[in-house]
Amino acid sequence: MAAVTLLETKGLTKTYGGLQANTDIDFILKKGLVTALIGPNGAGKSTFVGMLSGRTAATSGRVIFEGRDISQLPAHKRIQLGLAYTFQITSIFTGLTVHENVALAAARTVSADGNTLNAKVHQTLNQVGIADRADQTAGDLSYGHQRLLEIAMGLAQEPRLFILDEPTQGLAETEINDFIALIRSLAGRTTILLIEHNMKVVMATADHIAVLDQGMMLAEGTPAEISANASVQAAYLGKTVDA
Amino acid sequence: MEFGPHLMLASLEGAVIASILVLTAMGLSIVFGVMRVVNVAHGEFFMLGAVLAWYVSTALGGHPAIGFAVALIVAPLAVGLVAAVSDQLILKRINYDPDRTIVGTIGMLFIIQQTTLMTFGPEARPVEAPFNQRLALPWFEFSEGGLQMIWPWGLSITSYKLFVIFAALTVLVALWLFLTRTKIGLIMRATQQDSETAKAFGVPVGTVYSCVFGLGAALAALGAVLVVPIQQAHYLMGADPLLMAFTVVIIGGLGSLPGTVIAAFLIGMSDGIISVFFSPTLAQIIATFLVAMILVFRPQGLMGKAET
Amino acid sequence: MTVARKINALHFGILLFLLICFFTLPAYHVGALSRIMVLAIYAIGLNILFGYTGLLSLGHAMFFAAGMYGLGLSIKFLGVSVVLAFGIGILSAAVLSALVGLLALRTAGVSFMIVTLMFAQTVYLVVLYFGEFTRGDEGFVLQQAERMLAGFDVTTEAGRYFVAFGAFSICLIGFSALVQSSFGKRLVAIRENEERARMLGYDVWRYKLLAVIISGTVSGAAGALYALLFGYVGATFASVQYSILPLLWVLLGGAGTTIGPLIGVAFMFYLIDASSAYTSAYMLIAGLALVVLTMFAPRGIAGILRTKVSPWLP
Repeated sequence: MAAVTLLETKGLTKTYGGLQANTDIDFILKKGLVTALIGPNGAGKSTFVGMLSGRTAATSGRVIFEGRDISQLPAHKRIQLGLAYTFQITSIFTGLTVHENVALAAARTVSADGNTLNAKVHQTLNQVGIADRADQTAGDLSYGHQRLLEIAMGLAQEPRLFILDEPTQGLAETEINDFIALIRSLAGRTTILLIEHNMKVVMATADHIAVLDQGMMLAEGTPAEISANASVQAAYLGKTVDA
Repeated sequence: MEFGPHLMLASLEGAVIASILVLTAMGLSIVFGVMRVVNVAHGEFFMLGAVLAWYVSTALGGHPAIGFAVALIVAPLAVGLVAAVSDQLILKRINYDPDRTIVGTIGMLFIIQQTTLMTFGPEARPVEAPFNQRLALPWFEFSEGGLQMIWPWGLSITSYKLFVIFAALTVLVALWLFLTRTKIGLIMRATQQDSETAKAFGVPVGTVYSCVFGLGAALAALGAVLVVPIQQAHYLMGADPLLMAFTVVIIGGLGSLPGTVIAAFLIGMSDGIISVFFSPTLAQIIATFLVAMILVFRPQGLMGKAET
Repeated sequence: MTVARKINALHFGILLFLLICFFTLPAYHVGALSRIMVLAIYAIGLNILFGYTGLLSLGHAMFFAAGMYGLGLSIKFLGVSVVLAFGIGILSAAVLSALVGLLALRTAGVSFMIVTLMFAQTVYLVVLYFGEFTRGDEGFVLQQAERMLAGFDVTTEAGRYFVAFGAFSICLIGFSALVQSSFGKRLVAIRENEERARMLGYDVWRYKLLAVIISGTVSGAAGALYALLFGYVGATFASVQYSILPLLWVLLGGAGTTIGPLIGVAFMFYLIDASSAYTSAYMLIAGLALVVLTMFAPRGIAGILRTKVSPWLP
């Protein structure tokens, strides 16, 4: 199957005061792939996905999703078109139960019928492995489980594009392995844009890698190409380029 | 009286209103600036100052100046103390949570107001001014004989009102020196900038907050002592200064002290002038509505800078 | 029993209890309960916005007053029927709340509180300014002849009680259905974490606006009902005090619970009733209650019940 373009940015730019956070980013995201967005701290990764999801208003440039220009749409309209977004800093409804959290995420796409909704919630919680905690208050969950709950809230929306902003940050080693397995199980069905620091996760999950440095797109390619790319190593991996 | 002299009279009245207002609003602004809480009971601290001034001057008797002078010191100190204690007892224990602080200070508003009703009573009581000479003011007019100085009937101000304007200016200068030149003032401003860092540097933030809350209330009380020879003490007199002070602080930009001073001057003057020429209720309607609209469309205040 | 059954049983139990009260309690308490039920509707109105959506309005008296004056003035000056006047009252509150919502929702947090307070103060001053029609602080009385609700005399003790009871029943059942609906759950989601709700694809602004309108309209209905049942329309009901009181009732009874408003109003009513034997400064009780509540029991009576006894309370 030839990879179809799902999302495209043209000249996307964000300026804070006089500071360029993102400069003229042209980027193409292929459908059905797991794309990892990497880059050193402060490279502008969160700003970039913020402009994709609509949380951050772009200074200039365009975002095109499934052939439609969504640059002017507010965040909730973009989510309604099939984008899902998990926050870098865990953002869940801490006062509600795990079940209610996922139900709120699923309710927009699943029919209002109570049984269908419950089935969907149950299935999603099973998928991430926290179904046994459905009736707990979300705020009482451990940090790792809260991260999983947030991923479940993303999955429950059955997104066409699932953006995960540093999902493994603060997770233990075993939890990271579970996460890798989860992403692999989704591969092919859901298009994923993963912002990630942990290179082990990136190498284990990504079909395609994009590297952002100082607000500009430095390189793109398969994991093998990126590992071999000298300028990426200089900018990101911190190694000096050997002659 | 012709329009010119009439306007001058209105401006003088406006200056008196602005003088009282600037003290009350500074109190509210300092509390918001440092502690980031809205003190809805601020008007009641004002009222308490006026009521205490009546008690002090009545108890002392003798020449009105004696009672007034004592009240000028005792009332702000006592009200400041009441405020600092209520900060320790109530606000500190709810961690200055913005919503709960509003509810808590609304509670304090009713407690102070109703306790005053039970003790001081529902009557309005006057405090005699320490001095009150009527000073006639001149007006200049061009006529056939060139520039002439005339003394229009009714164009006058009392020596006490001039004193109020002068006293408010003095307090403002003292406050400015206190905040910029003393160690306590510096600590307060450091806490305003960043309470977490201040805490890390060993600033006792809890104590600073109580002092600030006390200072804010004391400023309101001081304004009230100054106003009470012009306007009688009454248990419901706190509502208007509260709304006016809110208005000033919002227009000046929440928490900005220079903005507060400028806004107090503008609003006090225009209130004085408008209420001479228009119905006071209509003026209040327009003012209140405009302030709400400013908050809606320019939340950073007229003088404040937009946050990026 | 399922949770939904328990909730229904609780609400019908409360309504049954109120019905029994009419036949067993002495006249004084029957009269008091009529007033309590009408004010509980007002508290329900605020609770939708404050308890469920997390928006604290300090100006709800303007909606109560819009309903009250909408009904009162149209009876007095237009001579329309009570039913039509009631509709005008509710419509006035709905229009006012839509306007206030459109403007005030541009702000959040403390600014939202102050903006609603200022708008309410404007409405209060407008009522005073047009004293020629509204009779200002003094207010005006609706004559007995003007208060026939579709042939039903609401000036008798029984008539008043049953109209209040009917209206309260509708509001409680409707309110209960609202908060259990998906719409109600989304309001709670906004209260809990607005940014998350937005990033789940919900148009947060539209939900908040709807919450303001529903809340304001219900409060306005309470105002119209109050004027109709007790025959008096006055500016006091537009003052700051009548914005603070429903907040007190909701906090006391339990914000974000269906039974909290009724509990809060009843509790406060009898507390003030008992204290009025000793002092005329009854608002002192309200002040003390606010301070104590916000310090020690921010969840209120029903909130405590929910955490300690029955977690299913809606």
